[in-house]
Amino acid sequence: MPVVEYSAAASVEEAVSLLSNSDIPAKVLAGGTDLIIQSAGLSPIKVVDIKNIESMMGATIDSDGLTLGPSMPCAELYARDDVKAMFPGLVEAAYLIGSTQVQGRCSIGGNLCNSSPAADTIPALIANAAHCVIQGSGGERTVAVEDFVTGVGRNCMEQGELLTALRLATPAAGTSDAYLRFIPRTEMDIAVAGAGVSITLDSDGTCTAARVSIGAVAPTALLVPEAANALIGSKLDDAAMDKAAAASSAASSPITDRRGTVEFRKHVVGVLTKRAAAIAAQRARGE
Amino acid sequence: MAKVHVSTSINGEPTEFLCNPHDTLLDVLRNELNMTGTKEGCGSGDCGACSVMVNDRLVCSCLVLGAEAQGKEIGTVEGIGNNDSLHIIQEKFLEHAALQCGICTPGLIVSTKALLEENPNPTEEEARYYLAGNLCRCTGYDKIIRAVMDAAESMRRGA
Amino acid sequence: MSEAKEYKYVGTRRVRPDGYDKVTGRANYGADLALPGMIWGKILRSPHAHAKINGIDTGKAEAYPGVSAVVTFQDFPEKSKGNPSAQNILANAKALYHGHAIAAVAAKTEQIAQEALGLIEVDYEVLPPVMDLDTAMAEGATLINENLKTAGLPEPATESSNIAARQELKIGDIDAGFAEADVIVEREYSTPTVHQGYIEPHACTVRYDENGQSMVWCCTQGHFDVRASTANLLGMELGKLKVVASEIGGGFGGKTIIYLEPVALMLSKKSGNPVKIVMDRDEVFKASGPGAATKSWIKIGAKNDGTFTAMQAKLVFEAGAFPGSPVGPGTMTVFAPYDVKNAKVEGYDVLVNKPKVAAYRAPGAPQAEFASEMLINELADKLGMDMIDIRLKNAARQGTQALYGPKFNEIGLVECLEQCKASDHYQSAVSEGNGRGVAAGFWFNIGGVSSAVIHMNPDGTATLLEGSPDIGGSRASMQSMAAEELGIAPERIKPIVADTEMVAHNDTTGGSRTTFATGMAVIEAAQDVVRQFKERAASTWNVTPDQVEWSDGVARNTAGEGEMTCAEICASAGRTGGQITGRGNINARGAGPSFSVHIADVAVDTDTGKVDVVRYTASQDAGRAIHPSYVEGQIQGGSVQGIGWALNEEYIYNDDGLLENPGFLDYRIPLASDLPMIDPIIVEVPNPFHPYGVRGVGEANIIPPLATVATAVGNAIGRPMPDLPCSPPRVLKAIQEG
Repeated sequence: MPVVEYSAAASVEEAVSLLSNSDIPAKVLAGGTDLIIQSAGLSPIKVVDIKNIESMMGATIDSDGLTLGPSMPCAELYARDDVKAMFPGLVEAAYLIGSTQVQGRCSIGGNLCNSSPAADTIPALIANAAHCVIQGSGGERTVAVEDFVTGVGRNCMEQGELLTALRLATPAAGTSDAYLRFIPRTEMDIAVAGAGVSITLDSDGTCTAARVSIGAVAPTALLVPEAANALIGSKLDDAAMDKAAAASSAASSPITDRRGTVEFRKHVVGVLTKRAAAIAAQRARGE
Repeated sequence: MAKVHVSTSINGEPTEFLCNPHDTLLDVLRNELNMTGTKEGCGSGDCGACSVMVNDRLVCSCLVLGAEAQGKEIGTVEGIGNNDSLHIIQEKFLEHAALQCGICTPGLIVSTKALLEENPNPTEEEARYYLAGNLCRCTGYDKIIRAVMDAAESMRRGA
Repeated sequence: MSEAKEYKYVGTRRVRPDGYDKVTGRANYGADLALPGMIWGKILRSPHAHAKINGIDTGKAEAYPGVSAVVTFQDFPEKSKGNPSAQNILANAKALYHGHAIAAVAAKTEQIAQEALGLIEVDYEVLPPVMDLDTAMAEGATLINENLKTAGLPEPATESSNIAARQELKIGDIDAGFAEADVIVEREYSTPTVHQGYIEPHACTVRYDENGQSMVWCCTQGHFDVRASTANLLGMELGKLKVVASEIGGGFGGKTIIYLEPVALMLSKKSGNPVKIVMDRDEVFKASGPGAATKSWIKIGAKNDGTFTAMQAKLVFEAGAFPGSPVGPGTMTVFAPYDVKNAKVEGYDVLVNKPKVAAYRAPGAPQAEFASEMLINELADKLGMDMIDIRLKNAARQGTQALYGPKFNEIGLVECLEQCKASDHYQSAVSEGNGRGVAAGFWFNIGGVSSAVIHMNPDGTATLLEGSPDIGGSRASMQSMAAEELGIAPERIKPIVADTEMVAHNDTTGGSRTTFATGMAVIEAAQDVVRQFKERAASTWNVTPDQVEWSDGVARNTAGEGEMTCAEICASAGRTGGQITGRGNINARGAGPSFSVHIADVAVDTDTGKVDVVRYTASQDAGRAIHPSYVEGQIQGGSVQGIGWALNEEYIYNDDGLLENPGFLDYRIPLASDLPMIDPIIVEVPNPFHPYGVRGVGEANIIPPLATVATAVGNAIGRPMPDLPCSPPRVLKAIQEG
């Protein structure tokens, strides 16, 4: 039995109140592209529609960086050239979710809170060291995105809490990011493996900072410091790239399921790490 | 479980209906409002046969709750052309034989219109990727893409 | 015998008459009918792949508020209970596959019906699932049907088995054939369970009526067969059951059998209300008949110049839970494109705990010809021969004795091969790192029973009633053919797919028979009308009918003065003897086989195994293309289904025999963004037995893509790909093993 009650909140406070004061599970309804499919199988739930809350639906850039409304439809985010310029990899990850129809509704916040191991935006968020701002009846707290997802379909939020913003600091000069995923077709598939990479290059092309995150190859997306360390200090030559790929493969713990085998995923996540790093570097060089 | 009362606008017509909280917009269109032009192929957003416009956004109506239609503008295939005057997209689909069984056609007409409003001059690749969420099993997409590109050209010329 | 002549309407690209309704959403498909008082049906399905059913308790469901009726297998008439069709529609003693229907509920709303399903208590005794051919055929295998003994063995079987049947075809002396070969190749191949993938789920709205006005509205490829099967199962007279074919959202063979209709009628009978049942996508994959998985072994012997001396095959097909895979057509088609004096084919039909397989576009042939075409390409490579040349060397031609029986009349395989060879695609070099594949295909096409009626209206327009559900635009072709015969503009003829009360029996739309056989019925009906036009004109002019010429819609008196248009004759029909109706009830013979030859170029990402089809050309002999756009459409559509079959489509079962990918997310059919344009080449070698030379074209196009693409992938990576699909993990594994 699925949704038994629908309410639309006008503010974050109202949303938190509705989510907290419910005798049956209350879920946030953003784009609905995961929730509506899943709701057929759940025991009775209430949904709280947060799409009327402006702060949840927009993106602002200031001197500190990007504050992203978690429920902003990915198609709208893709149209934001300013966000794309700052975080091309994050935006391309968001743009990969589903079809054009799904893009009109799905959101980075929804993708994150659904907490699927194969979520496309989470490796990109981790690569960019995003922070999650969470509001509950007890107040506000901030969690680093790599600590947000705690297991398959599970995250650190309690019943009654609402993700209200994602914050990404302005990248240092010479920094850019990229996200790649592997799917068997050209669209529509859930990622079989994914890699999000942020690279900082100095003026002579040496990598001075990096963050590598891999997805769909473990219960949660992973930050892979060993892969980043393989790149830092190098000029992203083949040896460094191969080492980074090997580190990603080694850090992964994929399963064999209807979307891929263990061997395939381990191999491909390494390939994607190298390719994403190369693209991030090209962007960092301004190409 | 009380029904939800919704006031909305469908193809420019003010419309009111009652629905269950769990009803999707697709359920409401087909069963409550008897607008069967929008089709259900999968119920999970994987096939695009249920494509509609909500506030000028192309969406799958199987992934929108009926309750969410409150205060929105909904656009369905029934609002595009009619027997007396088809939209150029519909004409091109017929001219190019871009349909065989026709079940995916309403969704494709809605999606193509959204594509060409957003991007009046798509490349073949852009058209294919934009329409990737509309599955067709009969045509192999060849004639559909030809119809879309031809419609785009006609619309740019002001036809 | 028809010469290649210029027709006025046949061969033109008119807008199809049913097109306006389809592009505006007004056309009504299987789930689009609501009736007053209608209630909703839902089906309870087995969560197990294989289980004894020790009891079904429906009491709580029957008592649930809003529920009007519950049915199980026990509600079938006694005499139907032995019928495997009944046992598939609702399980009796055993659940035989994940998704097997167990019971059905009708209630006021879908939601209530769904909730009531949860109240039905089924006592399952789970059994080990039998999920593949090796398991099914092994010594001591768990038996799916304890009473089944293998048919077709040289000695009658004494033990029960999961092997339902064996068959064999042979010609010449296979051992002598291999003895004279300079080169022998052999290999094993496999193809997975696949689904036809029609976008419209099965659906029906029915009304049972004690007084004999029962009605079924459903999406089907054959409403007369729905009537026959349903009436048979429920013990009804044919005349008491009307079946109306809705517009159909794809079938490809998967909508030639019944699943919902008898259940809905039983619910309607019990409840006293019309009942609507619509499968959801999950149910379509779990419980409707897929295309059979197969394992094949092929062996070919040839001279050094490429001449085949011997061809041998063993084909093993999964039938699903009940016997009846298309292994028969597989054995008949596997070597059909070739002239070979010595051939032997064995075929096996084997039960597994999967849904009973249904036809899928040239059933049996894609799987069988995949294997033979792959091996022919391997042989060509070994001999250093071009893939098209080796086929030209051995191609079946007029007079060739086919393994399955007949000598071919005029056929177009050589023309397809030559046109492919001369094509821009084949003449251009394969890009660096890419691979190219070629394969041929053969499908018999069938004729059969069709019945059509043309009523002339007093203003000279015509109503054409025919009985073939239109799955791909056939009404346009019927309109063109009738117009050609009558000599009036197609726009003045309204073709209608009539229900079972309006025309006599028509065989199912399938087997590529519609344009051929229903076309012939339409032509005969139109000729009957013309005969009557001549009679009426003759009586008006006081001449004999053979002195009246009919052309371009006008009757002319060849024995004197006088011209009458179609409209004039029709306007005076009442006075000259009554309204004019033409009839064509036929059993069409002389269906001409269709051959197809395809070329594919693919690029492979060798780091990931991902395959990209970069160019695709598909030729096919249509005999005569009545409507070239829809012939091209068939070629393109079948090609893409075949590409999906080759690249990514497969049913994935877990160790418990449960289907893991019953949806379009993980059952991966090709998307618009996955494909290039599909370049069609229509070859026309007219079929001498059809007035316009028509050959069916619907099916032969799905056969070549499997080997065309798998060969191309193999050539790109330098490794054979004998197991489908060529999904990225399999391609990567082949690369890494190389």
